[in-house]
Amino acid sequence: MSTELIRLTAAELAVKIHSREVSAVEVTRAHLDRIAAVDGQVNAFLHVAREAALANAALVDESIAAGTAPASPLAGVPLALKDVFTTMDMPTTCGSRILEGWRPPYDATVTTRLRAAGITILGKTNMDEFAMGSSTEYSAYGPTRNPWDTSRIPGGSGGGSAAALAAFEAPLAIGTDTGGSIRQPAAMTGTVGVKPTYGGVSRYGLVACASSLDQCGPCARTVLDAALLHEVIAGPDPLDSTSIDAPVPAVLEAVRRGADGDLRGLRVGVVRELGGEGYQAGVQSNFEAALRQLEKLGAEVVEVSAPHFQYGLPAYYLILPSEVSSNLARFDAMRYGLRVENGTSAEEVMAATREAGFGPEAKRRIMLGTYALSSGYYDAYYGQAQKVRTLISRDFATAFAQADVLVSPTAPTTAFPIGEKVDDPLAMYLNDLATIPTNLAGTAAMSVPSGLAAEDGLPTGLQIMAPALGEAVMYRVAAAYEAARDAEGGGALIHRVPPMEVSA
Amino acid sequence: MSLDTPPPSGAITRDEVAHLARLARLAVTDDELDVFAGQLDVILGAVARVGEVAADDIPPTSHAVPLSNVFRPDERRPGLTQEQALSGAPAVEDGRFRVPQILGEEQ
Repeated sequence: MSTELIRLTAAELAVKIHSREVSAVEVTRAHLDRIAAVDGQVNAFLHVAREAALANAALVDESIAAGTAPASPLAGVPLALKDVFTTMDMPTTCGSRILEGWRPPYDATVTTRLRAAGITILGKTNMDEFAMGSSTEYSAYGPTRNPWDTSRIPGGSGGGSAAALAAFEAPLAIGTDTGGSIRQPAAMTGTVGVKPTYGGVSRYGLVACASSLDQCGPCARTVLDAALLHEVIAGPDPLDSTSIDAPVPAVLEAVRRGADGDLRGLRVGVVRELGGEGYQAGVQSNFEAALRQLEKLGAEVVEVSAPHFQYGLPAYYLILPSEVSSNLARFDAMRYGLRVENGTSAEEVMAATREAGFGPEAKRRIMLGTYALSSGYYDAYYGQAQKVRTLISRDFATAFAQADVLVSPTAPTTAFPIGEKVDDPLAMYLNDLATIPTNLAGTAAMSVPSGLAAEDGLPTGLQIMAPALGEAVMYRVAAAYEAARDAEGGGALIHRVPPMEVSA
Repeated sequence: MSLDTPPPSGAITRDEVAHLARLARLAVTDDELDVFAGQLDVILGAVARVGEVAADDIPPTSHAVPLSNVFRPDERRPGLTQEQALSGAPAVEDGRFRVPQILGEEQ
C-alpha cells in the first residue's frame, strides 16, 4: 500500500514506524518509488541518495526491533534536504555549475541533527542558484515544476523542497529563507513553510547567500509536522556565533494548544501596507476569508500600520547583493569547485571560471552588490538601506505592541507560468514584497495554505508573523487556522493536488 | 507598493558594468554587458527609493539580532585532515593547492 504511505503526514508515519505497523524501510521505499515515478516531471531533486536512505531506514528498524526508544519523534521519517546544506555523503551544488559534483568534507549542523534524529535524508532538492530567486528557474540544473500545474513555477528559491512535498515525494523538507525562500514556495504549492527567528537554527554548513538574513527552517504539509521538524533542527550551536543561546520555543506544545481552536484573547494585526493594490484578486479574497476564520476562532482582528515596509524591498535589494558579492567571492577556482583553465594568471582563471560557473541572477546580484559597496555610493545605498532596516524593525516593534501576531498574504500572486518573469528581474523581485520585512527585522514568520484562488485554482498562503522568539504564538495561530480551514474546506488542501502521471 | 519610480540621474553605462565585472572577477561577454547595463539600471532606479526616507538620525542595523563576541575555551579539536581539505581542489601538487601564476599579473 505504498501509494497510501506517501499521502500520510510525518506524524502519522512516525506512529506507524515506531509501533512497527510498517517498517521505516517500507516507508522510505515508497517515497523513493514515488520519486522515480514522478520526479521526471517535477525535477524537485538534484540528487537521490537511494542506498544511504534505505540503509538509514534499516538502522531505525533494527533499533526499534531491539526495543530501543526512537532517536526522536521523527525517527525513520523521510526528508528532502535543500541542496544548500553540506552533506559528506552527497553532492552539494547550491543549484550552481560552479559547485557541480562537489562533495563537502563536512556536514552542516542541520544535516548532523537530522541524522542524529534518525530522519532519513532521501536526497537534495533543487533551488535557485545560491538561493537567489523566487521561482527556481535560476537553477543551473533546470527549473522545478509546480505539482499543481507543471507549466508553472513552484516558487523559490526553495522550489525543490516545496514541490517535493506537494508531489508526495517526501513528507518533510528543509528550506532556507533569506527574503521568503521558504514561505513563498510554501504558498505557491499549498504547503507549510516556517522561517524561524534569525539565529533560531544554526547556519553552520549552510552555504551563505546573505549572512545577516539567511535562516534555515522546516517545510511540511501540516503545521504539526513543521513543528516536529522545527524542534529537531533548532537550538543553539557553538559552531554558529549568531545562533541564539536560548531554549527553543515550545512550538509542539503550541500546536497542540492551537488545535483546540480557541484563539480568544489573541490579537491579530492586519498590516495595512501588505495588501490591496498589486495583490491578485483571489489572493486578496482568500486572505479576507482567513481573517473571518480567525475571528470565528475568537481572535480580535485589528489593523496596524508599518509605514516603512514599502522600503523593505529596495533596502533588501541593496543589503542582499552587498552581502552576496562578498560571500560569493569565495568561489575563486582555487580550493574547490569549478576551474576553467582559460588564461595564465590566477586572476584570469578566476574571472573565466566565475563567468562560466555563475548564472545570470548570481552575476547580476554580485555586480549590484559591488556597485552598492563602491566608495562614493556606499552611504547613499548600503548605508541608507541599513538605516531603513532599523526603521522596519521599529515598525514591527510598534505593530507587535498592538497585536500578538501580524498577518498578510504570503505572496502577491499565485504561481506564474515558467518563463514569464525570468528576464525581468524587477518583476521577479516583487514576489517577495510581503516576506522581506521579516528577514530584515530578524523576526519569525510562516506560511500556511489559505485555499485556492478562484480565478486560477492555484494555492495561496496566509503569512503569520511573530516577534523574535515568538514562534509559539505563531504556530498556535497557524494550527488553529489550519484546522478550521480544513474543516470548512472539506479536508486538507494538499489532497486536491491533481494526480500526476506516473511513469513506470 | 510599486517600484515604478524614475531612475536616478546618472544611468548606469556599459563601461560602468564592465568596470564592475572586472572588480567582481567576472569575464562577462559583450552581449552580457548590454543586457546587464539595462537590467542594473532598472534595478538601481528602483532601489534608489531608499533615499526617500529621512534617516539622518537613524542608526544603521547590520544585524537583526545584537551580536557579542563569543568566547570558548582554547582547546584543540579536530579539524579537516589535509586529505579532506584538498579533496575538492581543482589541482593538487605535493599535498598543496596548485594554483595558476599569481605574481606578475596586472602589469
